[in-house]
Amino acid sequence: MGIKPYLRLSGLEPLVVRPETNFINIGERTNVTGSKKFARLVRENKYEEALSVARQQVESGAQVLDVNMDDALLDGEKAMQTFLNLLQAEPDIAKIPVMIDSSKFSIIETGLKCVQGKCIVNSISMKEGPAKFIEQAIICKSYGAAIVVMAFDEIGQADTLERRVSICEKAYKILTEEAGYDGQDIIFDPNIFPIATGIEDHNNYAVDFIEATRIIKQKMPLAKVSGGVSNISFSFRGNETVREAMHSVFLYYAIKAGMDMGIVNAGQLVVYDEIEPQLRKLCEDVVLNRNADATDQLLAFAETIKAKGKTEVKDEAWRNTPVEERLKHALVNGITDYIEVDTEEARGKYPKPLDVIEGPLMDGMNVVGDLFGSGKMFLPQVVKSARVMKKSVAILTPYIEEEKKKNPKAVQGGAARILLATVKGDVHDIGKNIVGVVLGCNGYDVIDLGVMVPADKILETAKKEKADIIGVSGLITPSLDEMVHVAREMKRQRFELPLLIGGATTSRMHTAVKIAPEYDQGVVHVLDASRSVTIVGSLLNKEQKSSFLETIGHEYTKLKKDFGAKKTVKQFLNFADAQQRKTKIDWDNFAPVKPAFVGTKVFEDYSLSEIAKYIDWQPFFIAWEMHGKFPQILSDEKIGKEAKKLFDDAHALLQQIINKKWLIARGVVGFWEAGSDGKDTITVNAEGANINLEFLRQQVKKAEGQANLSLADFIKPSSPGSSVPFQDHIGAFAVTVQGIEKHIEYFQKNHDDYNKIILQALADRLTEAFAELLHEKVRKEFWGYAKNEKLSNEELIKEGYSGIRPAPGYPACPDHTEKYKLFSLLNATENTGIVLTESLAMYPASSVCGWYFSHPESKYFGIGKIEKDQVEDYAKRKNMPVAEIERWLRPVLDYDA
Amino acid sequence: MKTIQDCLKERILVIDGAMGTMIQKHKPTEATYRGERFKNWHTDVKNNSDIMNLTQPLIIENIHKEYLEAGADIIETNTFAATSIPQADFDLQPFVYEMNVEGAKLARKAAGQYTAQDPGKPRFVAGAIGPMNKTLSLSPDVNNPGFRSVSFDEVADAYYEQVKGLTDGGVDILLIETIFDTLNAKAAIYAIKKYFRETKKNPLPVMISGTITDASGRTLSGQTLEAFYTSMMHIKPLSIGLNCALGAEQMRPHIEELSYIAACYVSAYPNAGLPNAMGEYDEQPEETAHFIEEWARQGFVNIVGGCCGTTPDHIRHIAEHVKKIKPREMPVLEAIL
Repeated sequence: MGIKPYLRLSGLEPLVVRPETNFINIGERTNVTGSKKFARLVRENKYEEALSVARQQVESGAQVLDVNMDDALLDGEKAMQTFLNLLQAEPDIAKIPVMIDSSKFSIIETGLKCVQGKCIVNSISMKEGPAKFIEQAIICKSYGAAIVVMAFDEIGQADTLERRVSICEKAYKILTEEAGYDGQDIIFDPNIFPIATGIEDHNNYAVDFIEATRIIKQKMPLAKVSGGVSNISFSFRGNETVREAMHSVFLYYAIKAGMDMGIVNAGQLVVYDEIEPQLRKLCEDVVLNRNADATDQLLAFAETIKAKGKTEVKDEAWRNTPVEERLKHALVNGITDYIEVDTEEARGKYPKPLDVIEGPLMDGMNVVGDLFGSGKMFLPQVVKSARVMKKSVAILTPYIEEEKKKNPKAVQGGAARILLATVKGDVHDIGKNIVGVVLGCNGYDVIDLGVMVPADKILETAKKEKADIIGVSGLITPSLDEMVHVAREMKRQRFELPLLIGGATTSRMHTAVKIAPEYDQGVVHVLDASRSVTIVGSLLNKEQKSSFLETIGHEYTKLKKDFGAKKTVKQFLNFADAQQRKTKIDWDNFAPVKPAFVGTKVFEDYSLSEIAKYIDWQPFFIAWEMHGKFPQILSDEKIGKEAKKLFDDAHALLQQIINKKWLIARGVVGFWEAGSDGKDTITVNAEGANINLEFLRQQVKKAEGQANLSLADFIKPSSPGSSVPFQDHIGAFAVTVQGIEKHIEYFQKNHDDYNKIILQALADRLTEAFAELLHEKVRKEFWGYAKNEKLSNEELIKEGYSGIRPAPGYPACPDHTEKYKLFSLLNATENTGIVLTESLAMYPASSVCGWYFSHPESKYFGIGKIEKDQVEDYAKRKNMPVAEIERWLRPVLDYDA
Repeated sequence: MKTIQDCLKERILVIDGAMGTMIQKHKPTEATYRGERFKNWHTDVKNNSDIMNLTQPLIIENIHKEYLEAGADIIETNTFAATSIPQADFDLQPFVYEMNVEGAKLARKAAGQYTAQDPGKPRFVAGAIGPMNKTLSLSPDVNNPGFRSVSFDEVADAYYEQVKGLTDGGVDILLIETIFDTLNAKAAIYAIKKYFRETKKNPLPVMISGTITDASGRTLSGQTLEAFYTSMMHIKPLSIGLNCALGAEQMRPHIEELSYIAACYVSAYPNAGLPNAMGEYDEQPEETAHFIEEWARQGFVNIVGGCCGTTPDHIRHIAEHVKKIKPREMPVLEAIL
């Protein structure tokens, strides 16, 4: 293994200059000496806009950003520091290295103190003698910067070939021998001077530069050569066409000679081959100094061309391509504007309407699939493509039906068929819908049975419709058992189709340990929609299927074995000991706060615009398989652009939801007197009748001094028999967002999965936001134990508040069946319209409930695994058979039940 | 006596585990931290581990010995936050130099004893140079992204004082660790270079250890691993590595990447897994050791150990597991392109 002496630079990302690296563009527009606009923005303190100049350079392909603040009217140090500090906060710009450019060394050093990456200093030279040069080089080195050395000494700037080379050689020797520099961190600027100025002495400047480059690279192969390219064409100011052509021609020859990088206007380089031939020849004449009249000829030619203003026009050129290309373009770019016309045109062109689908539409979708598969398109774009596809198919369908009637045998759908369903008892289906769209995009015929689908209906449909694969999904923990049930049923009914498992609570581990052993014709866990395509592809390919399933089978067997082996690592306390080690709270010296009211308070139609302020957007993007922190994701270099589009679309729809009252937010909160029994039961005084809430306790052995937690620890123990048996309170809430169905139906009718999924995801977000909002009101007002709390939305999302709102079925209280008590205390079904399914999922899917605890030490935690002794005690307390409790608690059991 | 460079050629070296975790086991109170010397100090000093070099030297020395006993080749001084900027929270800036000198001496003394017992296994002291509560690349004010709460010169001056204290106290190595803002670490490098330039002393070897904070594989200040390493190359470090924030399991791909790109030795000292819901580390010593053994077998590492949540027991297991495995080979640094 060897490590090469490459020039290595960095911003947030590395830039390694290898021999095969193409010419490196250094963006020049963030230079006050070269850009009037940038200079004006900085002078007027408009740094936001100044940053957008930098961003434009990056977007146009600059790989290093040149920053220069040398302006007589500016405080150069301050401007450099302000701009670079701001730039660090823009990841899409800060990803590339910075070239700190100044003729004043104090400005350079100020800049070096602001940038974490490895920069380039532009420039130092020997114009004040070797001593000063060494001193400055050592300072640059102590900040880790590479340096541009200008060919300049005490005599002056080098303007001949010989002086260019000899100064660079001398500088190289000094830097490597006396300043500790590595050859690869030295970049020479052998001076690009204007040519075609009319002064004969200047005519050979470009040739000298190019030759100097060639010799420097030969003599000092590790060093690099750079230069300010636009200088070359200085005498053609105002004629951009000629200037760009000159730059391009100059670079063509300089790069061939070994020039590694240059300061250029990254957005404006023209391709050498595309320069108008006569102009190109004239430019070559002046650059290479090939004939004495070259300058005059170029000047004369320049008169004849007017620099054309480049105006932004919406690129509609694709409309002139053949219909197949147009359909492909519309699919890849998600454009529905012309889909009706184009579909009609294609229908006229092809013999049968089905040919349009199987021909150009499928070709386009294949491109989409490839781009998605290689990470060049993101989920929201794919869903938009699907919208185009579905619209086109909808136009063709009536014709296909007609054809079928005429000739029933002629049309046979050849696509593989995939059956999807959310299992019985579960109502969550955003993820499943996305998988359906993605598979549809890849040419599969998807049958979606919707939510709460019992196993027998799934299997019956699979037989009737001759499905090739079944995929089941679920979000809440009881759904895991239902999936095991589906697998068992498939085995019993001798199915031979593969079964795919997906959804938020599912995992490779659970699939391997619990589901795969139940069915031997192939069970595969699918992590997300993007994986579904390759997995389905492998399963449907006759050659690949068996080896694919074999690999998965080995993997799962190993997982299962590891799982079995791993279990011994954790040690458990017996339950009585765990109860002894509860959270120690000094209740004698704690006075619980009384809520403002006891009983319930109902919210019939809460303001959606109020609720919207509390939205946590990060999970919204996760639903779209766009992972990253919000709001940084909007400026992410890879997915930022698409994330921003999605965000804008979501905002527009949210506005519509609010303005047109598409959805109704309903909720209920309640508080009751309560006390614990010092163990795991909380007794609630519900209008005189006592209800016992049962909780579970962590049982894993922990380090000395660390409590085994139970939510019951956070309620003050009651004093039975005393006049005030309950000295504490507990609260509860349930919220929901209703009315989504008819809008879903509308989008479905319009083949608009994109907006359908946005709407579903927004409804979920609004529900969570409503819960967040109510919790804040509870803390500050209804319960009022944190009246002076002032938290931003970010702090709320990070759970920076005091007190908690855990939900039955989630890690701190994993038993879903306690939801019955919560619902009955709140009279939740009547007050909010939420109903519980047999798996205790809430319908509508956008619903949330939970308990409120106010004690400052209360916190979120996970129960972890528990042992049989606790389960038996719990079953007794709940007066339920052990086996039934075990069924509900299966995911947290440390033993096989 | 063998130098650290000699030892690194022969075997994988083990660096010690968490200092804070071990101090907390003593359940120190405000009075413990104050000791006799600062009993009347005007601000609370609880949780200021570095002051214990002055007030509870025995506790610190014994922790060093526990790690040496467990088999650590390198121990870190208890000086993670012994710089004037974080110490300003306790008004203890005037004592920073002394904290570093004493911290270095305590470790030096313990290491010396163990080296004397077995000169074939020399023990080394790394002067710990930690991050600060103020950062140079990030604005503490979301509404003003250009704002900085501290300047490069202030940070560099603070590190200069620390480097002087550590060097005067006799450390063998300087270790810039838990780097989450590269610019702060660049200020530390600047200070180190300046110190050895001005004093004309022989420069000590420098170890660099960054921190990857999340699954994106970047530092908190946003750099990718390779970009971070590129920003640190000018100190010509003895080693480059990662510590903290991640458990061994999560750290593996990043250590693998480093092992390919590093032109120097590679170090890794992860946390004892990820914190559980309670913020505690519960990965068992043998679990951590198993992960690290696998890295060693793959040839990824030269220096291994533990960070938050690891104990002498973890270090003992790690040392045992990597004892016979060949260290990562240093790549050839080629001279031509």
